[in-house]
Amino acid sequence: MTTPQAPPAAPSHIDYLSERQGIWPWLLTTDHKRIGLLYTASITGFFFIGGFFALLMRLHLLEPKGALFGLETYNKLFTMHGIIMVWFFLIPSIPGTLGNFLIPMMIGAKDLAFPKLNLASWYVFMTGGIVTLYSMLRGGVDTGWTFYVPFSTTYSTAYVAGAAIGIFIAGFSSIMTGLNFIVTIHRMRAPGMTWFRMPIFLWSMYATSLVLVLATPVLAITLLMVIFERLFRVGIFDPSLGGDPVLFQHMFWFYSHPAVYIMILPAMAVISEIIPTFSRKPIFGYTAVAYSSLGIAVVGFLVWGHHMFVAGLSVYSAMAFSFLSYLVAIPSAIKVFNWTATMVKGSVSWDTPMLYAIGFLGLFTIGGMTGLFLAALGIDVHVTDTYFVVAHFHYIMVGGAVMGYLGGVHYWWPKISGKMYPEGLARLSALIVFIGFNLTFFPQFILGYLGMPRRYAAYPDEFQFLHVLSTAGATILGVGYILPLCYLIWSWKYGKPAGRNPWRATGLEWQTSSPPPSHNFEVTPVCTHPAYDFEGMKEELELA
Amino acid sequence: MTASSVAAEYNWLFWILVVVCGVVSTGIAFVVLYSAWYFRRKRDNELPPPSISNSVKMEAAWTLIPLFLFMGMFAWGAKLYFDIERPPDDAEQIYVVAKQWMWKTQRPDGIREINELHVPVGQSVKLLMISQDVVHSFYVPAFRIKQDVLPGRYTSIWFRAIKPGKYHLFCAEYCGTNHSQMIGWIYAMEQPQYQAWLQQGAAEGSLASDGEKLFHQGGCANCHHFDGHGPGPDLRGLYGTTVELADGTTTVADDVYIRRKLMDPRATTVRGFDKNVMPNFSKLVTEEDAIQLIAYIRSLGPAPTAPSSIGTAPDSYGKQPGIAYPGAGPIVNHTPGMQ
Repeated sequence: MTTPQAPPAAPSHIDYLSERQGIWPWLLTTDHKRIGLLYTASITGFFFIGGFFALLMRLHLLEPKGALFGLETYNKLFTMHGIIMVWFFLIPSIPGTLGNFLIPMMIGAKDLAFPKLNLASWYVFMTGGIVTLYSMLRGGVDTGWTFYVPFSTTYSTAYVAGAAIGIFIAGFSSIMTGLNFIVTIHRMRAPGMTWFRMPIFLWSMYATSLVLVLATPVLAITLLMVIFERLFRVGIFDPSLGGDPVLFQHMFWFYSHPAVYIMILPAMAVISEIIPTFSRKPIFGYTAVAYSSLGIAVVGFLVWGHHMFVAGLSVYSAMAFSFLSYLVAIPSAIKVFNWTATMVKGSVSWDTPMLYAIGFLGLFTIGGMTGLFLAALGIDVHVTDTYFVVAHFHYIMVGGAVMGYLGGVHYWWPKISGKMYPEGLARLSALIVFIGFNLTFFPQFILGYLGMPRRYAAYPDEFQFLHVLSTAGATILGVGYILPLCYLIWSWKYGKPAGRNPWRATGLEWQTSSPPPSHNFEVTPVCTHPAYDFEGMKEELELA
Repeated sequence: MTASSVAAEYNWLFWILVVVCGVVSTGIAFVVLYSAWYFRRKRDNELPPPSISNSVKMEAAWTLIPLFLFMGMFAWGAKLYFDIERPPDDAEQIYVVAKQWMWKTQRPDGIREINELHVPVGQSVKLLMISQDVVHSFYVPAFRIKQDVLPGRYTSIWFRAIKPGKYHLFCAEYCGTNHSQMIGWIYAMEQPQYQAWLQQGAAEGSLASDGEKLFHQGGCANCHHFDGHGPGPDLRGLYGTTVELADGTTTVADDVYIRRKLMDPRATTVRGFDKNVMPNFSKLVTEEDAIQLIAYIRSLGPAPTAPSSIGTAPDSYGKQPGIAYPGAGPIVNHTPGMQ
C-alpha cells in the first residue's frame, strides 16, 4: 500500500500482504490469512500433481490394451491420484484455505483461537505430503487409495508403509485444524454474533470440524494397523493368522465415508454464501440449512457399510446401512431445495462465483441422485466397483467440492488479494470446466452400467468409444483448471483494485478493507444484523 | 440385456430410478435456470422486493416427499437384493477358487475350468467361493451379480441364466498387478449343448473321489477311522449334522466348519475329543484341496444309526499302511492346468 509507514502504535493500517515481507515472515506467520495462503499454494501444487496423474490415466485408456504404460504403472497412477487428491487436496482444500482465511473474519475475530497450532498444522500437513511424495518417488504405491488388506499388508511389494505413514502424519493436521475451528467458533464470536446470526458457512465448517476431529483418529489407527501388520505380521487382518480382512474395510470406511462429508460440507458452506450474495436475498430456510449440516455430520457416521454391500455383509446389516444411507441423503436434498428457492425472486447476477454455484447445483444434484442408485441394495450389486461409482463420486468430489472451491476462490479473491480477476476470462473458464467435467464423467456412468469395472488398466474393446469421450473431456477439463491458475496469478499483480465490498455482500469479512489488515478489523465489529440481511443493510450497501 | 433371472427386475428398477431422478433433477434445473434468467440482475445496485425466506410448510414438503420416495427405493432395492443374495433350494453348487490372477471352478462331477464356466440355461447355480490370496470379486455384468471373494472365508452368490450366450466374467475388486487380466467368460448353454459339453469334458474323477485320494495322501485316515474308535471323530455322516463342542455350544458341520477344522483346528474342539490333536493343515492344503476334501466328507453318506456300527463306508481306509503323517511332505496339487 502507498500509505506511509504508520507509527508502531497503529500497525493495523497495513494490510496483511504487505506488512512484513520476506520468506521467514511468511513461513513463521501465525496470521490465519497468511497460513490460508500457505495452504492454498500447497494444495494447488498437490492438485496439479494429482491432476497430472489423472490425465496420464485418461490418455492410457484411449486404447483397450492401454496406450502408454504397463499394468503396474497404471495401478500406481490411480493409487497416487487417489491418495493425493483425497488427502492432500480435497480434505484440506476449503478448510485449509478459505476456512482458515474466513472463519475469524466472518465472526469478527482477530485470528483463530490457536494461531500457533494453526501454523503447526500446515507444517504437519507438509511433512505428511513430503513423506508421501517421497514414497512415490521411491517407486510408488499400487494398493489403490483404499489400502485393502491383505493385498496392502502381505502381497504388495510397493512402498505401502511409506505412503501410509505420510497420510498418518497429515491426519494430525486435520485434527488440529478441526479443533481450532471448533474452539474459534465457540469462543471468538464478535459481540452480537449469535449462533443463529452466523453465516451458513460457519455452521457448515463447524459440522466439518466435528467430523475431522472424530473421524480422523480412526483412520490413524487403521493405517497404523496396516503398517504393523505389514512389518510384523501381527495377524489383525490376515486370515491365515486368525485375522479378518473385512474388519479392515469396516474401519477404513468408518473414516472414509465421513471423509466424503469433510470434502463436500465445506463446498456446501461456500455455495451457501455465494447464492444469497449473488441473488441479493437471505438464504431460504436458514435454520433448515444450518441444522442439515449437523444432520449430515451425525448420520454420516452411520452409513459406512454401504461401501460393502457385496463384501460379505449379512443381508440384514446391509439393509440397515441402506436405510441409513437414504436418511443421510435427506439433509442434502433439503439444502438443494433451499438453495434453489433462494434464487427465486432474487436479483440473480451471472458473475463467475454464481456460475460455479449454478454448476455446483447441477453436478451435485446428479452426484447425489446417483448416490440414491448406489444406496438401493439390489442396484448397488451390479454397479458398485464399476465406473458408475467412479462417475458418482467424481460428480460429488469434483463436480461438488472442486466447483465449490473454485467458486469460493473467485468469490473471496477480491478480499484475499485486493484485486479483481478478469471477469470475462473467468466466466469462460467456468464454462470450460463445466463442459469438460460432464464430458469426462457422464460417459463413465454409462460405462459402469454396461459393466466396466474400475481400476482396469486394459478393457474389452466394446468400451473404447466411451473411454475416448471421457479422455477428450479430461483434456478440456485440464484447460479449464489451468486458466484460473494463470489469470488469478496475473490479477494478483495486475488486477483492478477490488475495494472493500465489490459484491455488496453482507458478511463481516466485507466490512474491512481488501486485503484486510493483519488483525482483520480496525475496531472489533459488532454484529447487528441477521445473516444475509440485504433489506436491513440496504443503505450501507447502497442498494435500492 | 436380460440374461439372468434377476436382470429384468434389475433393469426395471434401474430405469424407474432414472426416470424418477430425471424428473426431479429436471424440475430443479428448470427452477434454477428459470430464476437465473427471469430474475437476472437488471442493474448493479438492484435490491429485489422482499419475499419470503422461510416456510415450514415448504421445508416439510421437501423433507417428507423425498423421504417417501427414498423409502420406496429402499424397499424395492432391498427386495431385489434378497432375490440376488438368496439361492433357491434346487441350485446346483459349484465351487470357485480365486487367486492372483485367475478364476478356477470345480463342480461336483469333477469338471474343472479356468477363467471359464459353462452353465445350463434355466438351471439355478450357486457358487461357493473362496480366495487363495487377496480379496477378489466375482462379477458377471449381464447377470447383474457381484460378490467379493474373500481369503479365509466362503462367500456365495447364485444366478440362473435365462438366455444362451457368452458373458463377461470380471474381477471387480482390485487385486494387484494383473487385476484387469483376471477376466473370463460364462457360457450359458441350452440343455442339449450343455450335456454334449459335459460329455466332452468328463473328468477322470468326481470332486469327492479326488478328495478321497487327498484324504489318504494327507494321512487323514490315520486318525479319522471309520469305526468310531480313532483318535479323531468318525467322519461318516458328519456333513450337515449338528456337532456338540467341548465348550457346550453346537455348530453345524457345513463347508465353513469343515474348512475351518482343516485350516485352524484349534478354533473349535469337538466334545469327546478334548485333546484336539488335529494338526494344522493350512500350509499343506490349498483352497481347492479343501473343497475336494469337503466334497469327500459330504459323500460319506448319512449318519450311521448307532455310533459304534460300522456302515458301508470302507473302514479299511483307516488301516491302510504306509500313509505318511501330514507334514512329512507337501500334498501334491494334482489339479490339471494349474500354473
